[in-house]
Amino acid sequence: MGALTALAAALVPLIALALLMRARPLLQLAPLGELLTSTSWRPLRGEFGFWPFIVGTVWVTVLAMLLAVPPCLLCAIYLAEYAPRPLREAVKPLVDLLAGIPSVVYGLWGTLTVVPLVRDVLAPWAGTNLEFIPLLRADNPTGYSVLAGGVVLAVMVFPVIISTAEEVIRAVPDGLREATLALGATRWQMVKGVVLRRAMPGVIAAVVLGFSRAFGETMAVMMVVGNVAQIPRSIFDAAYPLSALIANNYGEMMSIPLYDAALLAAALILLLVVLVFTLLARVALLRAVRRAA
Amino acid sequence: MKRKHLEERFFLFLMIVSMVVVVGSLLLILGTVLARGLPALDWAMLTQTPQGGYYLGKEGGILNAITGSLALAGGATALSFAMGLAVALHLQNLSSRWAHLVRLSLDVLWGVPSIVYGAFGFTLMLLLGLRSSLLGGIMALALLELPVMVRAMDEVLLMVPFELKEASYAVGATRFETAVKVLVRQAMPGLLTAVLLGLGRGIGDAASVLFTAGYTDRLPTSLLRPVASLPLAVFFQLGTPVPEVRERAYAAALVLTAIVLAISLLARLLSRRLERHVIR
Repeated sequence: MGALTALAAALVPLIALALLMRARPLLQLAPLGELLTSTSWRPLRGEFGFWPFIVGTVWVTVLAMLLAVPPCLLCAIYLAEYAPRPLREAVKPLVDLLAGIPSVVYGLWGTLTVVPLVRDVLAPWAGTNLEFIPLLRADNPTGYSVLAGGVVLAVMVFPVIISTAEEVIRAVPDGLREATLALGATRWQMVKGVVLRRAMPGVIAAVVLGFSRAFGETMAVMMVVGNVAQIPRSIFDAAYPLSALIANNYGEMMSIPLYDAALLAAALILLLVVLVFTLLARVALLRAVRRAA
Repeated sequence: MKRKHLEERFFLFLMIVSMVVVVGSLLLILGTVLARGLPALDWAMLTQTPQGGYYLGKEGGILNAITGSLALAGGATALSFAMGLAVALHLQNLSSRWAHLVRLSLDVLWGVPSIVYGAFGFTLMLLLGLRSSLLGGIMALALLELPVMVRAMDEVLLMVPFELKEASYAVGATRFETAVKVLVRQAMPGLLTAVLLGLGRGIGDAASVLFTAGYTDRLPTSLLRPVASLPLAVFFQLGTPVPEVRERAYAAALVLTAIVLAISLLARLLSRRLERHVIR
């Protein structure tokens, strides 16, 4: 039992170490800084530049967070502060259900619903009305784009952010609420001025947890984002996130020299980024709950 | 009307819109899968393996993927439960500082992307000289399920009243006997829920089995052979240009969604039903 517990505790460093060992031949080829910032990805010539993939991941994830955070927080506030009990009891299982849907199903939904929506409605509309904003230039006719990836990811992180945020908001002591309302504040004033301020570290942690979930998500994103190794210039461009890079190329990775090292290095980058963000969020969350209680 | 009341109304409106967006997107996803999957689903899909010419639209079904997924997730859940229960029980006896560290580590593991588990499983398999196989898939999935299960089991074990443990120690039971006969029995509903949570996560995951389990048209027969899985059946069939095969991806997605939803409903029902036997 002790050995198993130690294994569970040491699994994260163990995974990092195993990936590092396999990725080392690549690090001997070129310095880490150069690998991360080079834009040339030509495995056959031995050039492995991760920059387009890193940028792709960041674009999709940031867009997903921009889309997901406002409705999630409003939803969490509504559930914690406004919703009558029966409604809350009815909605929370639904949110949990959303969390349990497999990622390929999200991906399938994305290709059937979101991609056509982007291709037939949003991109043409932006093309005629918002042409002057470079971020919204629509010259990719396929619909498989950063935007489609962002929408699908946003829906995927809904349950993560909502359930965590709702929990920390509810952990704020009732005495504070009563005191604020007794001064004649409206409910929203109470939420804005007192409850949210008190729950802020926890709410930030909820957002960061959502971010790290989105950052490493693979299948759903890869099915809708287009997978073109370029640096996207507009949200209607295709991108190629790190996770999709790994999943798309596992087949040929043993046949090209150093390819396996490169893909496992990509996995290591994902792991380390997610690790930093989750650790920060978890520590903040523990603090927040302890402080609120 | 005063400004503060206007503001109240405005934000309440936004909140209700957000609720509609969130619940609506869930219904939209389920609706899409149902509407596209149901017409494509027939008895042959569920009872046959792919026959010759299946990937060009000829006959056959996804029985290979259904049985493969059950074998993968079942094996992984069993392995993960055995390891996880030991860890969860041990956590109860650790000093609070160590328990805190292990819990933090499990929470971090929970957030590790499944593609990373796949990559790690792959390095393990290279180390052991395994090729992509049921066993490899089970190892990767078991690791993926471990944090979910341990944290869920840990939560219920923490809720067992201390007096019960005291009473057990007082009649001369050892720590091990107390753990197995009192803690586990008392926490049974929660433990089952934990198992079902793990099973649900394992059966739906694609990225980790992509590297480790491979894919095949045959039924799973050996731990050392590749197996098919439902998520990958959806993914691969969706990627083909043949419309009939894409239809089958929708059907496979419907089967997968139905299994996952059934597991999560079962978890809810079981935990409510079994809670009646718990001493409070």
